[in-house]
Amino acid sequence: MSEQELSKEGATPTAATAKGRLKIFLGYAAGVGKTYQMLNEGQELRRKGVDVVVGYFEPHARQDTIAKTEGLEFVQRKKIEYRGTVFEEMDTDAILRRHPAVCLVDEFAHTNVPGCERLKRWEDVQVLLDTGIDVFTTLNVQHLESLNDEVWHITGVRVRETLPDWVVDAADEVVLVDLTPEALQNRLHRGAVYATEKAQKAMQNFFTETNLTALREMALRHTAHEVEGRLSDLSVPARGPAYTARPGAEGPARHDRILICLTERPSTAMLIRRGKRVADYLHADCLAVHVQRNGASSGRGGHSEALEKHLCFARNLHIETHVLRGGDVARRIVDFAREQNITQIFLGRAGGNSILRVFGTTVHRVVRLARDREITVVAERRR
Amino acid sequence: MAVDTYRRPSPEELLRRVQAEERRQRRGRLKVFLGYASRVGKSFRMLDEGRRRKERGEDVVVAAIQLPATPDLEGLLKKLEVMPTIKATYAGRVYEVLDVAAVFRRHPRVCLVDELAYDNPPGSRNPKRWQDVDNILDQGISVVTAVNLQHIEEQQDEVERITGKRPRQTVPERFLRSADEIVLVDAALDDMMQRAGSREPVDVRRLSELRELALLLAADVIDDQLENYLRSNGVEVHWGTQERILVCVTPRSDAGVMLRSGRRNADRFYGDLLVCYVRQSNLSPADQRTMDANLELARELDASVHVLDGIDPIDAIMRFAREHRVTQIFVGHSAPNRWKEMWSRSPVDRIIQAAKDIDIRIFPHPQAQ
Repeated sequence: MSEQELSKEGATPTAATAKGRLKIFLGYAAGVGKTYQMLNEGQELRRKGVDVVVGYFEPHARQDTIAKTEGLEFVQRKKIEYRGTVFEEMDTDAILRRHPAVCLVDEFAHTNVPGCERLKRWEDVQVLLDTGIDVFTTLNVQHLESLNDEVWHITGVRVRETLPDWVVDAADEVVLVDLTPEALQNRLHRGAVYATEKAQKAMQNFFTETNLTALREMALRHTAHEVEGRLSDLSVPARGPAYTARPGAEGPARHDRILICLTERPSTAMLIRRGKRVADYLHADCLAVHVQRNGASSGRGGHSEALEKHLCFARNLHIETHVLRGGDVARRIVDFAREQNITQIFLGRAGGNSILRVFGTTVHRVVRLARDREITVVAERRR
Repeated sequence: MAVDTYRRPSPEELLRRVQAEERRQRRGRLKVFLGYASRVGKSFRMLDEGRRRKERGEDVVVAAIQLPATPDLEGLLKKLEVMPTIKATYAGRVYEVLDVAAVFRRHPRVCLVDELAYDNPPGSRNPKRWQDVDNILDQGISVVTAVNLQHIEEQQDEVERITGKRPRQTVPERFLRSADEIVLVDAALDDMMQRAGSREPVDVRRLSELRELALLLAADVIDDQLENYLRSNGVEVHWGTQERILVCVTPRSDAGVMLRSGRRNADRFYGDLLVCYVRQSNLSPADQRTMDANLELARELDASVHVLDGIDPIDAIMRFAREHRVTQIFVGHSAPNRWKEMWSRSPVDRIIQAAKDIDIRIFPHPQAQ
């Protein structure tokens, strides 16, 4: 590694040590029946004599779902006071003490209230899995980090509770829970999903026919992607996705390595998500680099808070990050790409719209200097 | 960018819409449960939907179901009215034919039909059960039915490649696509293995491939429905849930690498591949040959090929890309010309500048590799 390299963070290997099995019921909206199906399978296991408990359940006052919990053992939730309000969270320690064979945990993407040991429910679930407890859980497709921009683009809603895709990729099973938007809207009208007033609001904002259809399509395609990912993990040589058996298509020989160029700009988050998503779909390695101009230094560790945030975000998505120093940013990026055998460089757009700003920007200099690699200039998606 | 623009429809378009709407209103609604293998639970979902509708006061009958039913189906069937089928023996095989005439006489609101791909014996009203269903729909009776991916006509090549078998009984894909609602019935692989028990070995790879195919087919049908919905409401939307890759080819260079990469990326993303070329006059014979070779490869790779006209090629490409909800544009570097580039903006510079809302992937010039 070059002596100019300031820091390097290796990507954490995906959790292969987990002993418990993770099964995710994936849907595209509240009310499609994820929790119902999870409880239904829990009931079936209980009837077969398996030791099943409910670790966390969010009833949302849905009668048919509540009825499905009958006879199942619940682990008491933990009460946590935050700013004068009492919140109830999953009691991970109590579940560990009880140590069931299977634990049912609703709402995988949930963010814990401050004061909990862990930030996210999925992290609590990892703890359960590590001790050999099987976990069934529920998730909506819009909570996947990689789809965050598309979801915002389509629905206008910026989903705040996200979880990194690798958590879902590491699950043993992902099952799609499908329902047509027509049926879902009927259920909303009947008040089967939310109390009626809330349903009306939900209908107007998020539950429009186009939004629901688009989200549903995403859920179907994402489940196909999960199935394909597990297929290529099988020992038998992979053929690639189901549609690749075409004459003239590239063989599987090429191995892609993608490099994402980080800057301090806010749109870097979008760039990271896009680059990582492309890397995942191409089964490519994914690296990220930031080049600090010689002489520039600010904040702790020599880089700004904004950059620190982006680096941290990239690492959470299991992207290997590098921070380098150089006088000529574009040249340093291109040299690093060649050293690392990068096949594709991902860049964000330079700010501003003026033609004057295009000339001489890092983007255009990289495009000129790296004429021997593929370069992707990522769109700045807006609404 | 989610720019919604309202297009005023022409009188012909309006008339066509009104007629289509009338036809739709007269016809019953078709709902299909699509599965990727037997035992995923399609029939259960279908009968359970019938039960719920009946409990809500709809007049529901079962017009065709494989008997004897499994215990879980048996429980649901007890709550439903089951119409007898016509038993017919042909060439030593016993057939159960859906009694279309009896359904007409009974005229329920909703009719449940299992095994949509069933073949009727010679001498029946229709050779295929899906045609029986078509007749029932024409009478204004709604149908809820179940079918396996393996039985969809247009999926036969893929299915045969995966399983080595070609089912005889098929339903044309257009019938599936004509459905008002389609529901994918998914099941986890370990559940499938448990259901199969020790009776038969389960081929995980085979099942996974069929499952992937079924998920993608359902996504495709839904994408069509979304597009129809948007179109019939006069909404043009410049976003896609599906990746659409546009490869721009020129007569100046061999686009082989770019086109193959476009195919591979489109496949990986389960997306579409489009190829465009902006028409130029007075091509030299060498350029013409390169162009022909590029377009031939594009067609071979199953891309949809478009020839564009425009005074400014970049404008023409961008207009086309936005109209077709393209998410990624692939372009090649032109041959290196350092002196010229110092003083003017290259087409690549210009396309990067123009495509703010679309990803641009720039490929090395073949000579630079």
